[in-house]
Amino acid sequence: MKLLSGLIAGILFGILLQRSRVIRYDKQIGALRLLDMTIVKFMFTTILVGMIGVHIFLDLGIIEKITYREFSWGGAVIGGLLFGIGWALIGYCPGTAWGALAEGRYDAGVGIIGMIVGALIVAELYPFLQKTVLSWGYLGSVSLPALWGINHWFIIIPFAIIVVILFIGLEKKQL
Amino acid sequence: MEERKSLNPYLGGALAGILLTLSVVFTNNFFGTSTTLVRLAGKLESLLAPSHFASLKYFQQIPPLIDWQAMFVAGIFIGSLVSAIVAGDFKMQAVPDMWQKKLGPSRGKRFLAAFVGGIIAVIGARIAGGCPSGQLSAMVQLSLLGFIAMPFFFLGGLTAVRFIYRGRD
Repeated sequence: MKLLSGLIAGILFGILLQRSRVIRYDKQIGALRLLDMTIVKFMFTTILVGMIGVHIFLDLGIIEKITYREFSWGGAVIGGLLFGIGWALIGYCPGTAWGALAEGRYDAGVGIIGMIVGALIVAELYPFLQKTVLSWGYLGSVSLPALWGINHWFIIIPFAIIVVILFIGLEKKQL
Repeated sequence: MEERKSLNPYLGGALAGILLTLSVVFTNNFFGTSTTLVRLAGKLESLLAPSHFASLKYFQQIPPLIDWQAMFVAGIFIGSLVSAIVAGDFKMQAVPDMWQKKLGPSRGKRFLAAFVGGIIAVIGARIAGGCPSGQLSAMVQLSLLGFIAMPFFFLGGLTAVRFIYRGRD
């Protein structure tokens, strides 16, 4: 039953990604070349709506608690930059590549083989990474509300305003 | 078959945000996809080199099994496939349009970039603690991680793409 819910969520997400065309190489690289911001619009609307939805249900007690992600400055910065470089070459993400392959874009399949090789390499390097990059500036599982000691809505509302201003800017420049 | 009009990205994104909220409410699962690649790699290694596989701590922490996220990733494939066929978007293509226009029609060159890019992207995503869908979830949670990793994804990507497409604009 639990596994079935994952499949259903994935199918619906896949349909939304495909219909919005955000799984395409041209859209992903279009964003990085600052020519077409479709994926940024999709992504940040998802983040904003999800952020508001999840925190409403958290306040209502329907979502009991959130397990925050572990953070280290080394991991976020170095891993982030590395991901970006790889992303620029492949033009798909680890999730969208499966959708692109399903659309018949089989360069994404070659990319997925590369991704599996990447995961094998990470498994080899893991003890080394733990001692180095992942321990640099390690802060544990930390959230912004805990870090700043403020209620989550004081972060969500300003974030929403910034995102809306960003969207207005994108529409004005017709990106 | 003529391609149907695409979905407005704000509408698509908003629906995805509602889907994510419902997923957390009903199944306690945020979105993510890169852990599934680790499980897939582990499965492969357990078949090809079982003794070496058993010695790797990483695959003990993330064992090769089918979990919620693996089903979610399988769903992305199925959903995109059905949607692409229904919409008439399905097309066998090795070299994306933009790549072909700016970087040429060579399949070898495109496959090499996709392969090497895939390796680097997953190493980066695993070091960063998640791919874009995972970092998107981290931002939804208000985890510090998402707010730092996501900008660095774009910074790395914007910079690298400038080199790849240099002099081609």
